[in-house]
Amino acid sequence: MIRIEKLHKSYPIGKDSLHVLKGIDLHIKEGEFVSIMGSSGSGKSTLLNIVGLLDVHDEGNYYLNGQLIKDLNEKKAAILRNKFLGFVFQSFNLISYKTALENVALPLYYKGMARKERLKIAQEYLEKVELGPWANHLPNELSGGQKQRVAIARALVTKPKVVLADEPTGALDSTTTDSVMDLLKDINDEGMTVFVITHEEEVAEQTKRVVRLKDGLIISDELTATGKAKTV
Amino acid sequence: MKFLFDSDTWQEIYGSIRKNKVRTAITIIGVLWGIFLLVVLLGAARGLENSFNKLFGNFATNSVFVWTQSTDTPFKGFQEGRRFTLTMNDIDVLKSEYSDEIKLLAPRNQTNNLIIKDFKSGDFRVSGDYPILDQIQKKQLLYGRFLNQNDILSIAKVAVISEDMYKQLFEINEFPIGQYIKINSISYKVIGVYKPSNTVNFDGDCAYIPFTTFRKVYNTANKVDWMMITANEGTDIEQMEKDVLLTLKGLHKVHPDDERAFGSVNLGKEIGKITGFIIGMQFLTWFVGIATLIAGVFAIGNILLITVKERTKEIGIRRALGATPKSIRQQIILESVFLTTIAGMLGIILGSLVLFLIDTAFGQGEDATLINPTVNIPIILIAFVTLIVLGTLIGLIPAHMATVVKPIEALREE
Ligand SMILES: Nc1ncnc2c1ncn2[C@@H]1O[C@H](COP(=O)(O)OP(=O)(O)O)[C@@H](O)[C@H]1O
Ligand SMILES: [Mg+2]
Repeated sequence: MIRIEKLHKSYPIGKDSLHVLKGIDLHIKEGEFVSIMGSSGSGKSTLLNIVGLLDVHDEGNYYLNGQLIKDLNEKKAAILRNKFLGFVFQSFNLISYKTALENVALPLYYKGMARKERLKIAQEYLEKVELGPWANHLPNELSGGQKQRVAIARALVTKPKVVLADEPTGALDSTTTDSVMDLLKDINDEGMTVFVITHEEEVAEQTKRVVRLKDGLIISDELTATGKAKTV
Repeated sequence: MKFLFDSDTWQEIYGSIRKNKVRTAITIIGVLWGIFLLVVLLGAARGLENSFNKLFGNFATNSVFVWTQSTDTPFKGFQEGRRFTLTMNDIDVLKSEYSDEIKLLAPRNQTNNLIIKDFKSGDFRVSGDYPILDQIQKKQLLYGRFLNQNDILSIAKVAVISEDMYKQLFEINEFPIGQYIKINSISYKVIGVYKPSNTVNFDGDCAYIPFTTFRKVYNTANKVDWMMITANEGTDIEQMEKDVLLTLKGLHKVHPDDERAFGSVNLGKEIGKITGFIIGMQFLTWFVGIATLIAGVFAIGNILLITVKERTKEIGIRRALGATPKSIRQQIILESVFLTTIAGMLGIILGSLVLFLIDTAFGQGEDATLINPTVNIPIILIAFVTLIVLGTLIGLIPAHMATVVKPIEALREE
């Protein structure tokens, strides 16, 4: 699903440049549930953003669903994002003046789906994250956990191949963290590839594979207990 | 173009407008004010122009009036302060010498007399005239007709009286035509009743009788009190006035530089001044209106730019969810066009309303100062289309700004 070879990425800082990713090799197959761990500033978000086509890499190869990502124009990137990827952010990134239902339906709008159908499907996904009754509430009327579930519903509504989550539980307490992780597990059980950044061991343990990053390099890549149990 | 008819497009615009009520209102007011000002100023200018036109409307505007006064310079053995009169000979000479320039030449004799009808009477002016007077200043007839060539040739004792004379001398509802009035003890048959112009009026309430009849009755022989000259189109009326006066000075042995001997009024010159004023005002109107419009459009561009900056993050989110740069651009431009259109329409409606109020307040009645203050539909349409085009162009800038940043940079914005 995702294949990364010798990936490099630097950020220009004034005249200098900051070398953040220093040759990453990573292969994630369809249906995997992978977490990335690493200290702050180790390049986790940078990697996820490149995978999510929100940013571009400098060197190396990146294949998404077998397609080499190179010199992609913004229009093609937008279409690929809409078709293959679903995003969940730490800060939820809901649109404040749209209701939960409208937020969930938005990716379908960019897919070109008719409004009625769109809202129907969005409602189904809201039910799935147990927020059916909250459909017509604005984000600021929802709790953090509820907002993140809306964001997850929005990420899922286009049936993407990969869900990318950058510290989805970073702003949540432990109870809501569990409910969000349960949701991600369910998604993965349905066959979707899930790629999640976290710095909490408890969260990483619930995924099937942990990749550890340090100073822009992968220092370990192994299956978790859950992962081993499932594969056996 | 399909996206224009997509209810979702409008849903999105409605959402963003509803979210930004204040800035939407400010934007709309900016453009609204521009087009409102343009409509009202143009309408008012038109109204003023109409009023001036009405003022001179029934007068041939390229006319010169000439009369005699007294000389201010001794000449050819004559003392200064000599009085003299115009004659029919002058009329003939002018007619033949200026046949190219002069269109109409009306000699006139006037006096004041008691006019009697049965037991009623009043003091009025009596004027001996040719039918061409009607061409120089159109007479609005309430009854009957104006003088004609037949009256002149037959030296008929007929009179065309004013509306006020009719009211003063006749019974209410009495039919005036064919009745007789006495002027200076001589009976005249009334052949017409006219309504005097309430604007430019040199005759006042006046009974018009044939020039020939006047000459015979008042024994004026060759004498002419004054004359009205109307120039042919394309004639330099000021030059013609100078030439005519010079010829007349020659005929009457007046010094060529004598300033007082002849009095004259050049209506064309007077009107020229006013026309210049109106043109100046129209120019100013356009200038102010267009400048305001442009300022309004820039306000839209500016506010959209601010909005785009404010909404960088939102745009980033939308792009992460699959919004193409084109769809983002379309939305911003459409928002710009939509706002300018709404503002423009409101401006036109409000402007028309104000023009309507102006019309009600100043445009009605006899001495209206702003008659029919209107704007041409094509002019407004052009202004409107320009507005929309400018709205689109100015919307391109923020739309471009919204899509040049990488989605991740937009998302990082707080
Ligand atoms: N746009 C940017 N410009 C410059 N430096 C950046 C930018 N984004 C991230 N960085 C730097 O790159 C390093 C890695 O950042 P990031 O990938 O966000 O780390 P993580 O998510 O693991 O905390 C950090 O040192 C960060 O300061
Ligand atoms: Mg990070």
